[in-house]
Amino acid sequence: MSDEVEMQYELAQSRSKTFYANFDRKDELQHQTHYCPGCGHGIIHKMVARAIDELGIQNRTILISPVGCSVFAYYYFDVGNVQAAHGRAPAVGTAVKRSRPGSIVVSYQGDGDLSAIGSAEILHAANRGENISVIFVNNAIYSMTGGQVAPTTLLGQWSTTTPGGRKAENEGYPLHVSELLGALEAPVYIERAGLGDNKQIAQAYRAVRKALENQVRGLGFSLVEILSPCPTIWKMSAVDAQHWVRDVMEKTFPLGVIRDRTKEAQPRKMPEAAVSTSEIPQLLGIEHEGPAESHAAPFVRPKTTNLQVRVAGFGGQGVLLLGEVLAEAGLDAGLEVSWLPSYGPEMRSGTSNCHVRLSDEAIDSPLVVRPDVLVAMNEPSLHKFYESVRPGGWVLYNGDAMPEGCDRSDLQVLARPFMQIANQLGDRRAGNMVMLGALLECTGALSQETIDKALGRMVKNAKWLELDKRALAQGRELLRESLKEVCHEG
Amino acid sequence: MSRQLIKGNEAIVKAAVLAGCRGFYGYPITPASEITEAAAAYLPRVGGTFLQAESEVAAINMLYGAASAGVRVMTASSGPGISLMQEGISYMAGAELPCVVADITRAGPGLGNITSEQSDYHQVVKGGGHGNYRTLVLAPHSVQEMADLTALAFELADRYRNPVVLMTDGFIGQMMEPVEFPQAAVGPRLPKWAVAGTEETRGNLISSIYLNSDELEAHVRQLEAKYEIARQRETRAEELYMEDADVVLVGYGIVARILKAVAAEARAEGLRVGVLRPITLFPFPTLHFKKAAKRAKVFIVVEMSNGQLLEDVRLALNGARPVEFLSRVGGNVPSHEEVLAFVQAQARCCAESEQVAHV
Amino acid sequence: MADTGKRDRGSLRIDTDECKGCGLCVEACPPKVIHLSDELNHYGYPTATYVGAGCTGCGICFLACPEPGAITVLRLAHAGSSAAKAEMSEGVGR
Repeated sequence: MSDEVEMQYELAQSRSKTFYANFDRKDELQHQTHYCPGCGHGIIHKMVARAIDELGIQNRTILISPVGCSVFAYYYFDVGNVQAAHGRAPAVGTAVKRSRPGSIVVSYQGDGDLSAIGSAEILHAANRGENISVIFVNNAIYSMTGGQVAPTTLLGQWSTTTPGGRKAENEGYPLHVSELLGALEAPVYIERAGLGDNKQIAQAYRAVRKALENQVRGLGFSLVEILSPCPTIWKMSAVDAQHWVRDVMEKTFPLGVIRDRTKEAQPRKMPEAAVSTSEIPQLLGIEHEGPAESHAAPFVRPKTTNLQVRVAGFGGQGVLLLGEVLAEAGLDAGLEVSWLPSYGPEMRSGTSNCHVRLSDEAIDSPLVVRPDVLVAMNEPSLHKFYESVRPGGWVLYNGDAMPEGCDRSDLQVLARPFMQIANQLGDRRAGNMVMLGALLECTGALSQETIDKALGRMVKNAKWLELDKRALAQGRELLRESLKEVCHEG
Repeated sequence: MSRQLIKGNEAIVKAAVLAGCRGFYGYPITPASEITEAAAAYLPRVGGTFLQAESEVAAINMLYGAASAGVRVMTASSGPGISLMQEGISYMAGAELPCVVADITRAGPGLGNITSEQSDYHQVVKGGGHGNYRTLVLAPHSVQEMADLTALAFELADRYRNPVVLMTDGFIGQMMEPVEFPQAAVGPRLPKWAVAGTEETRGNLISSIYLNSDELEAHVRQLEAKYEIARQRETRAEELYMEDADVVLVGYGIVARILKAVAAEARAEGLRVGVLRPITLFPFPTLHFKKAAKRAKVFIVVEMSNGQLLEDVRLALNGARPVEFLSRVGGNVPSHEEVLAFVQAQARCCAESEQVAHV
Repeated sequence: MADTGKRDRGSLRIDTDECKGCGLCVEACPPKVIHLSDELNHYGYPTATYVGAGCTGCGICFLACPEPGAITVLRLAHAGSSAAKAEMSEGVGR
C-alpha cells in the first residue's frame, strides 16, 4: 500500500499505552514478552492494559504480580508495580488498596498461586469484599515449575506429578474457585471466561474491563477467571491448545457469569479522612493536662516507700482491679509503680494473681517474690503464696479464720469473710475493695485522697464508686478493729 | 497527667500511632493479643487502617502491601505466629520494605504454652526466614521502653528500609508501668520509592526478585552493607554497676529486670556484680562485651531459653572470658534466689582463682 | 492487487520482530487473510504476514495475539477523520 492509500486508514487496535514502549526491566528480547508462543498470559495482559487505557486509570493502577509465569508482569505494565509472595497477592492487594483508597489494585494470579497456596488469601479477600479486581488465569497446571498438578487440573490430565493422570481418589477433583467464591455474600462480580475461540476472547475482554470498572466505581470485589492455554506444558501447538480450552477445559469449567451485583451494589464507604497530627495525643488519651497537676491529691510522701504486694484469688474476684487501683494511686502519689498480672490459661477461669510494687526508687524487678502484703481471696491462693510472705509482713485472707497449717508467728494476719462483708454493703463484688481498704490501713502507704482520685478515674459508674468507697472505709475499719483486738489480747 | 499507667502491649500501639503508624494488620495470639486489640481501638480513630487478617501469613503480607504503598505499618504476634510470618519478613527484607513487628514471646516449640519464654531469639535475631537478610531487633525491658523503642523501631525501619522486630516477653507485654509519651506526633509521609497509585510513583517497583546471579549478589552485598552500618551506628546496651564488675550478668527482657534486682542484692553483700543488658539484639552490642571483658572475670548469661542469647555472647567475647549459663524454660522464670545463689557461687570462684593467682 | 476504487474496510501491520509465530491470529482471522511466512525473524520464529487484501478491520487478530504490539489493526477512516490521519503520520507502530 502506498502512503497515500494508507492515509485513508485510522488505528483501530494497536499497542496499549499502558505497556512500556521497551521492556527495560527484562534482560533480553526487549520488545517481546517472556511468554511462550501462544501463551494466554500475553492475551490477558493486553486485555488488562486495554481496559486501563479505556478507563483512563494508568496513573492510579497498582498491579500485584504473583508467583508463576506472570511473576514478571511488571516488565510490561507501565503502572505502579508490586511483586508478591506466592499466593499472597490478595493480602498484599488488600493493604495496598486500604492504604491508598484512590488506587486501582489489580491482583493478577495464576491457578497454582490463587487456588492452591493462596486459597486462604483469595477466599478472605473476597469474603471481605475488598474493592480490588482479581484476574485469575486458569491453565489447569503449574507451568513455571514445569507442569505439576494444580487444584484445577482436569481429571485424567497428565502432569509431571500425576504421571498416570489426575485421579479423584488421590488428588481430589478440579477446584471450582469461581463457584466457591460465588457462594460468598460480599463479591460483586465473578465471571468465568475463556480464550478458546474468538467469541470467548471477546467476552473475556468485556469481563476484564467490567472487573476494573467496578473498582473504579468503588463497588467491591470482582474476579474474572479466564481459562487460558499453556501450549508448552500441555505439549500442543498454540492453536490446538486454544481448541483444548474450548473443547475440553470448558466442559469441566463452564463459562458464564457466576455473580453480578454491579447494578444494585452501592459504592463502598471511603475511609475517614486522616486527622491532623496535633489532635493525636488527645485521641490517644495521652495529652498532658496542663494545670491539672496542681489538683494532685495533697499526699505526703513517706520517706521510704517500697511496698511489694501479691494479690491472688479466683478470676472474677477483682484480683487484678485491686492491684490496678493500688498502682494507679501510687502513680498519682508520685511513686514508681509496677503491676504485673499472672496470665495463662487462668486468664479465662480459675486462679488469678498479680504483683504490685510501689517504690520511691526505680523498680528493678516487677516480680514480687517476697511480698510485704499477701491478699489471698481464697484458700488455694493462700496456700500457694503464704510461705513467700516476708517476715513481719501482712496476710489479708478472705475467710472466717486462717486454715490449719497457716500458723507462722512472724506474720500479721487479718482473716475475715470480706466478700460477705461486701455483700452486706450492697454487692459481694466489692469484696476486693474491702480488702484494699485493709491493705491501705495496714501499710499506711497511700492517703485516702489519693485512692479516691485513682478510683474516681477508674470507676465510671457513680453507684459503684459510692459502693467502692464505702467498701474501702469498711476495710480500713476492720483492720483498725483487729489491731485493737490484738492490743486487748496482748 | 504526664505519666500514665499502661500495659506494655497497649503502650506499643500508642507509641506506634505517635510515630506515624497508620496501618495495623494482625492475628490474635496470647500473649500479644492486647496489641491487636489496642490497634483495633486506636488506628481507626486517627484515620489509619486496622484489619484482623485470616492468618499471620496474610497479616505479614498485608504489611508488605501497606509498606509498598508507603504507609508506616506494624503487626504483633508471638512464637508460632512469628514462625508463620517469616515468609513475609524475608520478602520485606528482600524488597527493602520497612515495617515493625512486635514479638511478645511465649514458650515453645510447637504449641508449647502461652507463658513467657525467650525462645524466639534465634528465629528473630538470626533472621528466621530464607535468604541472606537480618532484621533489626530491639528488646525492651520496661513499659517505658516498649513506647520508646517502638518509636525508634519505626525510625530504624525507615532509615534502613528493613523490618524491625520489637522482641520482648509476655511479662513486659502484660505488665503495667508508668509511661511518659512524647507529646508531638509524627505525621504520615510518602517515601519516594513507594507505589501509591499516583503519577509520580507510577514508575516504581517493589520486588525481591533478581533473576541475574550477579545482580542478586550485588543486592545481597548491599543489604549486608546496610547491616554493617547498623552495627556501627545503632548498637545499644545498658550497663549497670559495670565500672568495677568482676561478674557480669547478661540478660534481656524480664530477665534483665530480675538481674538488676539480683545485682543490687549481691552488691549489698559486697560482691562486684554488674549487669550488661543488650537493648539491640541485632546488631549485637559486641563492643560493649569486648570492653567489659577487659576487666570482668566471668560472664553469666541468664535466659528463658536454651542457650540462644548465650551463643551471641560467646561470639562477642570470642573466648576472652568464661561464660556461665543459667536457663529456665517452659514458662518458668529464673527466681531471684537461684540467680543470686548462682552469682554467689561464681563470685566465690572468681575470688578463689584470684587467691590462687596471687599465690 | 488491482485498485478497483473500493478499499478494504481494514488493514494490518505486523511487527515481525515481536511476532513469535504462534499462529493464533491465523486461526482467529475470519476472512483468513493472515498466514505464517516461511521466513524466520531475528529470534528464529516464522512470522505472521498479512496477505495484503481482504482485511475487514474486525480486530479479533489483535485480541487473539499474545504480544503487545505485534499486530496493529487499521480501519478505513470516515471522511474527514483528521485525528486518525495525524496519528498515522506519526508512524505509530513499526
